[in-house]
Amino acid sequence: MTHAAPSLALDLLPPGLDERFRERAAADGLLDAAWAVADSPLGPLLLAATGRGLAWVGFEAPRAGSGPVADASPDEQLERVAEWLGRRLLRVPRLLDPAQRELAAYFEGRLHAFAVTVDLAGSPAFQRAVLEELRSVPYGVTATYGDLAARIGKPKAARAVGGALNRNPVAIVVPCHRIVGAHGALTGYAGGLERKRALLELEGALLA
Amino acid sequence: MEHAPPAATAAAIPPFERFYAAHAPEVYRLLARRLGAQAAEDAFQETFLRALRAYPALRHGDHLRAWALTIASRVAVDALRRPVAGALPDPDDLPGELVALDEEPAYRQVAHLTAGLPPTERAAVVLRYAYDLSYDAIGLALGSSPDAARQATSAGVRRLRRSAAPKENA
Repeated sequence: MTHAAPSLALDLLPPGLDERFRERAAADGLLDAAWAVADSPLGPLLLAATGRGLAWVGFEAPRAGSGPVADASPDEQLERVAEWLGRRLLRVPRLLDPAQRELAAYFEGRLHAFAVTVDLAGSPAFQRAVLEELRSVPYGVTATYGDLAARIGKPKAARAVGGALNRNPVAIVVPCHRIVGAHGALTGYAGGLERKRALLELEGALLA
Repeated sequence: MEHAPPAATAAAIPPFERFYAAHAPEVYRLLARRLGAQAAEDAFQETFLRALRAYPALRHGDHLRAWALTIASRVAVDALRRPVAGALPDPDDLPGELVALDEEPAYRQVAHLTAGLPPTERAAVVLRYAYDLSYDAIGLALGSSPDAARQATSAGVRRLRRSAAPKENA
């Protein structure tokens, strides 16, 4: 379930007014993106969708240990979303419900292929090519940076592929966690290596 | 860093979410004071919809509170002016409708707008529009006849129309 970031200030408005305004702003097409925070076994995920599709899935912060994730404010990540998608962002959880339901099913092991529409329009052309190709790496399978470079017709661009993956705006759904080093080594992951390991273990791509 | 704009002290423009959350309560209070609780809800939405439309044109994040309150004030003025700026309904055509549309705020609109009328006309207009009284009842309240009440109301409305007209494009 997506949870609402609590705001005492907004709770002081007449009941329902805040929600009505948010829905109206979205219905009038005035938002660059709607966002929400969804719980996951790997900590809160910030989700954002434009009118074209899911455009952001991000972890709150790389997780250092195995302890509970601090109840981090999404402010910092919201700034990054704003730089990526535009500043007209409002929390409208209803619009992220489809993505959130698929993510919940994924984490329960019931869903192996995401059907939600993804919007990569904010990515430069090379990154978009990498990310779109990446979507064809199936659940439970890993590939190397070199594999992915070859699949987009730039076999020498493994390093650039790594850079493009590192800035993947739609984590998990665009499965950059399935890309590993040449000998299967877990290399970098924007959400932290521990999360990358957890995702691959969930998919049965690694022995737990 | 070397490309930092000269006005390096200008505040960054926050995501709209943060702007909205920071100023929504104060905007609502201002609108509720001016328009009453019910009309304030529509005006609140209109204020932040206007802010959303204008948001991409902002050049910096300074004075956002003043900006929000200015938009709210304009929305409130528009809301108060609306019944007059179009055409104040002829008392013979639309008895009571002004009141029915918007209960308490309509009364406030009428009271506010009629402040410049001579006392008898003002009383007649307020009783007619704010309290939806018949001309018989207004005549009784004013100590005059129903016809005189009707004439006082019409005269007041004509006077309001004349005084409102130049403000339409203000």
